[in-house]
Amino acid sequence: MLTETFVIFQRQMRILLRNPVWVFFGLTQPILYLVLFGPLLKGVTGGGLGGNDSWRIFVPGLLLQLALFGAGFAGFGIIQELREGVIDRQRVTPARRLSLIFGRTLGNMVTIGVQAAILIVVALPFGLRASWDGVVSSVILVCLLALGISAASYAMGLILKDEDAFAPFIQGVSLPLLLLSGVLLPMSLAPAWLRHTSQVNPLSHVVDATRALFRGDFGDQDVWIGICITVALGALLAWWGSRTFQRQSA
Amino acid sequence: MITARGLARRFKTKAGPVDAVRGVDLDVAPGEIVGLLGPNGAGKTTTLRMLTTLLMPSSGTAQVAGFDLVSQPREVRRHIGYVAQVGAAPSAGTLLGEELVTQARLQGLSKADATARLVEVAPRLDLGGLERRALLELSGGQRRRFDIALGLMHAPRLVFLDEPTTGLDPQSRANLWSHIRSLRDDTGVTILLTTHYLDEADALADRIMVMDGGRIVADDTPDALKARIAGDVVTLTLAPETGEAPFARAAQVAREAVPAREIVAGETDLRVTVDNGGVAVAPLLRAMDAAGIALASVAVTRPSLDDVFLTLTGHSLREGPDGAPSEALAGSTPS
Repeated sequence: MLTETFVIFQRQMRILLRNPVWVFFGLTQPILYLVLFGPLLKGVTGGGLGGNDSWRIFVPGLLLQLALFGAGFAGFGIIQELREGVIDRQRVTPARRLSLIFGRTLGNMVTIGVQAAILIVVALPFGLRASWDGVVSSVILVCLLALGISAASYAMGLILKDEDAFAPFIQGVSLPLLLLSGVLLPMSLAPAWLRHTSQVNPLSHVVDATRALFRGDFGDQDVWIGICITVALGALLAWWGSRTFQRQSA
Repeated sequence: MITARGLARRFKTKAGPVDAVRGVDLDVAPGEIVGLLGPNGAGKTTTLRMLTTLLMPSSGTAQVAGFDLVSQPREVRRHIGYVAQVGAAPSAGTLLGEELVTQARLQGLSKADATARLVEVAPRLDLGGLERRALLELSGGQRRRFDIALGLMHAPRLVFLDEPTTGLDPQSRANLWSHIRSLRDDTGVTILLTTHYLDEADALADRIMVMDGGRIVADDTPDALKARIAGDVVTLTLAPETGEAPFARAAQVAREAVPAREIVAGETDLRVTVDNGGVAVAPLLRAMDAAGIALASVAVTRPSLDDVFLTLTGHSLREGPDGAPSEALAGSTPS
């Protein structure tokens, strides 16, 4: 089981790293947000923003965005693999179906982990000052979330089987989730109705938790709520994704 | 090696349920090359996908390589090789050797065994020296041989080939045929292949199962199938300027002229099956001439598998069951 998962993981990473376009844009995109959007927040006041503190609000948001989009679009790849015959080819082996999907999600998780690390390192010269324990815990949390989201995304890819349906679906789901999680600006700036709506979005609790962790506020109630929600959501999505994957490829 | 009874598969579609395979019984002995022959939509691929555990049968049972298809799918997978129909262009960044080793490792081989096996399999399929080549840069023939190598990495005793030569040029096809034949001769592997090329089934298979409309309509050696319609076919091609409803009239004239076993009208020709073609030509020509039907050409042929198929199913292999021409058959050689 572990060997099979690792073999799939290796294959994913090999293909990814041989793609120079991905290596360049995949790694520089998070930096673009820091350079081209981050400075705007320094001038905004309210909601904990303003000055160098704003990086502690903004960088955790970017981490979540990274997980949501990076892992959300994972299913694109599986549609291509379906056409290529790679999925069928792997399904006729005795390898466990769970390894086939987890090898892939592991690839997404590691990718997002690396992107997150780059993001944080680059944010340092901009003025990010955060608790290191909190940063490491946040990255782990985001990776867990990415694991669940990518598993679900692979399952959706297998269900929809078509990029033209998959792309609008993922956009349609992830954009409201992103906006309602207060990733770009904290929800404390929002009018009451928007704030209440965002409470229903599990991702806003993840962001709240990572922001508290960046502050080093481990005792904060947000941290524990966020961790519980992330673990539950990640596990739920991973369970649904792998079950659907197995069903679609029984 | 394979025993299937009443294998069936129904698909739900927006237009209602479709029975792709309707109760197939088949037996394949060790060391045999069996060809599953039929037009597109006959149920060949669905049958193959069921036998390779990729698709659950709606009903029926099968033992594949000694294991039950439904209750022991992992054991079945361990013992079979599967080569799918040619797929879309491969991803950039995939290398031939690495992909073969990856496949072998998923089949349960250790890294060392998989690498050793690569050294053995690649030259067998003329892929030696191409291990570092990107899949995207392979020619059509190399790609297909790579696909077959994928199915052979774990040295299975039973290999399924789904339309192995579709889309290849004649030289590459002949080359692949010789690979497939020597594979069986050298290693004794059992092969079940699907094809819609008559010449392919004739050239490769020890036994041919003809599929049509989700059923196996014939199961015999190529020679026995050909013998089934003892008789020659006189093909009369009508001149284009022939008047209204020429085929109905020509068929009527032919029926009166010779003791025909069967008369079938094609797109531009009339095929008259008779016991002895040489004897039938003269009376046929005289009768057509007398009826004022102009002919462009006349040919006498010994029965081919195409004719066998026509006799067995009532429609040509070049057309789907509803008479719609099927474009994928364009490569089959006329006999």
